[in-house]
Amino acid sequence: MNDMRHMERAVRVDTTKIAARDVQVFYGDTHAIKNVSVDIPDKTVTAFIGPSGCGKSTFLRCLNRMNDTISTARVEGHIEIDGEDIYDRRVDPVQLRAKVGMVFQKPNPFPKSIYDNVAYGPRIHGLARDRADLDGIVEKALRRAALWEEVKDRLSAAGTGLSGGQQQRLCIARAVATSPEILLMDEPCSALDPIATDQVENLIHELRENYSVVIVTHSMSQASRVSQKTAYFHLGELVEYGETGQIFTNPQDMRTENYITGRIG
Amino acid sequence: MQVSFVLLFLAAIGTLAFVFARHRAIASVDGDARRLHSLPTYYGLNGLIVSLVPALALLIGWMLLQPLFLERAIRGDLSRAALREGTTMSLVVSDVRRVADGLESGLLAQDFTASDFAEATPAEVGAMLMQGGTALGAPLTQPVLDAAKDYRATSRTLRWIMGIAVLAVAVIGAAIAIHRSEGTFRARNVVEKGVLALLMASASIAILTTLGIVMSMLFETANFFSQYPFTRFFFNATWQPSFSGRGGASELGILPLLWGTLYISFIALIVAVPIGLFSAIYLSEYAGRAFRSVAKPAIEILAGIPTIVYGLFALITVGPLLRDAIASPLGLGNSASSVMTAGLVMGIMLIPFVSSLSDDIINAVPQAMRDGSLGLGATKSETIRQVIVPAALPGIVGAILLAASRAIGETMIVVLGAGAAARLDLNPFEAMTTVTVKIVSQLTGDTDFNSPETLVAFALGLTLFVITLGLNVLALFIVRKYREQYE
Repeated sequence: MNDMRHMERAVRVDTTKIAARDVQVFYGDTHAIKNVSVDIPDKTVTAFIGPSGCGKSTFLRCLNRMNDTISTARVEGHIEIDGEDIYDRRVDPVQLRAKVGMVFQKPNPFPKSIYDNVAYGPRIHGLARDRADLDGIVEKALRRAALWEEVKDRLSAAGTGLSGGQQQRLCIARAVATSPEILLMDEPCSALDPIATDQVENLIHELRENYSVVIVTHSMSQASRVSQKTAYFHLGELVEYGETGQIFTNPQDMRTENYITGRIG
Repeated sequence: MQVSFVLLFLAAIGTLAFVFARHRAIASVDGDARRLHSLPTYYGLNGLIVSLVPALALLIGWMLLQPLFLERAIRGDLSRAALREGTTMSLVVSDVRRVADGLESGLLAQDFTASDFAEATPAEVGAMLMQGGTALGAPLTQPVLDAAKDYRATSRTLRWIMGIAVLAVAVIGAAIAIHRSEGTFRARNVVEKGVLALLMASASIAILTTLGIVMSMLFETANFFSQYPFTRFFFNATWQPSFSGRGGASELGILPLLWGTLYISFIALIVAVPIGLFSAIYLSEYAGRAFRSVAKPAIEILAGIPTIVYGLFALITVGPLLRDAIASPLGLGNSASSVMTAGLVMGIMLIPFVSSLSDDIINAVPQAMRDGSLGLGATKSETIRQVIVPAALPGIVGAILLAASRAIGETMIVVLGAGAAARLDLNPFEAMTTVTVKIVSQLTGDTDFNSPETLVAFALGLTLFVITLGLNVLALFIVRKYREQYE
C-alpha cells in the first residue's frame, strides 16, 4: 500500500499555485514567522509539520488572510496565488477567502441545519441561480465530502447534532461548496477518532484531483499518508521543504531528522 | 436574660469547644498530628458546630414561638369583660403588648422603678408611659394593666428559661464533641456535612421567602375576591375606586391598568431592544479593546441610576419636550405626562439590561463560529447576521424578556412620567397609568385594611407577579430549549 502511494508521489506537478516570498508575521512584538519562502504546486497535497508553536498554522492563515481578523497581527512579504499578490490593496480579502477555503482544527458547524450549513457560502456569494441549482450545489458538495449517503434523509436536521467525524466532513463540504481553488486544513483530524480520521484522509486524497490542498498536521504518519510535499517548520522558520518521501526517508537538515525520528517536538 | 447575653455566652462556649476539641484530638495521638484522621482544625470546627448549631436552632425556634404562646396566655387572661364597646380582642391584645413593652423600656431607661408601678393606678401608669414615649390608643384600664404586668412577668421568666436551656444545649453539645475528639474520629466528614447543610439552608431560605410572599399575597387576594366579584375585577374597563368617606360603590377593573402597563412596557422595549442589541453587537464585535473598556461600564452606569432620577428626567425634561415638539403641534393632546414620555425614559433605563446581557452572550459564541464564517468569505456583518446572532438568539431573547419584566414592574418613572389617570386609550400622548402605580396609591394614605379598595392592591400585585413570573419562565424555557451546546 505504501508503495502505491510512493508511486503517486512520483507524479510531477509543475504549475505553482501559491508562491510565498520572504513572509514575516508579527503578533505584536512576537516574530512568529521568519523569512518563509515556499512554492506550493497545484493539485497536490502539501503538509506543514513541526512542533507546537512553530508557526505552521500562522503561515497557513496567511494564505487566506485570516490573520487580518486578529488586530495585533502584521504580515510582511509577498504571497502570490496564480501570480496575483493577495496582499495587494486591490484584493478584497472577503473574495479571496471564497477562493481559498479553510477547514479548522475543531469541527465548527454553524447552529443551522445541515443544508443551510453547506448552502451558507453559495448563498453569500450568490453562486446559485435558483433553489434547484442550490440543491444541486449542496448535494455535490456533500457527495464530494463523502457525507451525502449519511445525511441525505435529514438535511433539515441540525448540523451540530452530527458526530464529530460527520461534523468535520460537513465543514469540508461547506468549504467545498463555494468551489474554492485551494483548500487549507488546519489540523482537521486532531479532534477525531481513528475511523473518522481515516474517512477524512481518504477525502483529502480525492480532493487533490480538483484542488490544491494545504494541511497542517501534528501527526507525521498522517503527513506521510496524505501528502506529496512536506514542509518542516521550526521556531517560525521553514527548515526544509521537499517531496514527502524524501523528507521522511532522507531529511537534509539535522532538526528535521530529529523531529521525524521523535527526538524533539 | 437578654438575647445578646445569650449570644455572647454561646460565642464563648463555641470558642472553648473549638480549642478543647482540637487540643484533645492532638493529645489523643501524643501530639503527632499526622496520626489523626483529619487535620486538627477539623476537630475544632466539629466542636464549634456540634455545640452551637443545636443551641442556635433552639434559640431561633424559641424566639419565634414565645410571642404566640404569650398571646394565647393573654387571651385566656382577659375576660370578655375587659372588652369595651367598639374594640376587638386583637386591639386589646396589642394594647397589652404595648403597655408591657413600654414598662420594660421605661425600666431599662430608668424613668421609673418596678416598685413605682406595682401599686399605681392605671391612670398613673398611663402618664408614666406617656413620658417614656409610649402612646396608647385608649385610656388604660385595670384589666389591661394587670394583663400587661402578667405579660411582662411571664415574658421575663420565659426569657430566663430560654437562656438557660440554650446554654445547656450548647454545653452538652460541646461536651459530646470534645469527648469524641480522638484520633480515629472522622471530623473532616462531619464538617463537610455541616458545610453542605449550611449551603442547603441558604438555598432554601431564598425559595421559602418567595413562597412566603406568594402565600401572603394569595390570602389577601382571596380575601379581596370574597368582597369583590372576580369577573368585575378582570373584565371591567373602568377603574374608579371610591374611598369609604365619599360613599358609593367602587369600580375596580384591572383592564385600564393592565393596558397602561403593557403599552408603556411595549414602547420601552421598542426603544431599548434595538439600541441595546446594536450597541452590544458594536461593543462585542467591532469596538477596540480600549473603547470597549470605557464604553461598557459607561452604559452599565445607566443601570445604576435610581429610577426616581429617571422619573425626574421624564417629568422635567422629556415630558414637556414631547408635548411642545410633537403632541401639541399635531393636536394629540396637551399633557406633559404621557405614555410616550414614560416609555421613552423607561426604554433608556432598560438599554443596559439588554446590551450588557446580550454582549456577554455574543461574546460566549465561540470564535470558531466567526472563523468558520469568515473563512468562507463572509463579511463581518454577514457573519453577525447569519451566524452569531442566530447562535446567540436564545440568550438575547432571555435578556429581552428580563428587560420586559423590569418594565412591567417599574413604578417611579410611570408616576412621574405618565401620570396617575387610569385610561384605556390608543393615543400615546395621553396620560395613563400602570398596575404598580395604582398599588402604591391604593395603599398610601389613611387606609382601612379591610375594604376592597385596599385589598385590591394585593390582587393587582398578584396579577403582576403572575405576569412577570410567566415571562421569566418563558425566558428560561426558550433559553433551555434553543441553547446550542458548545463544548
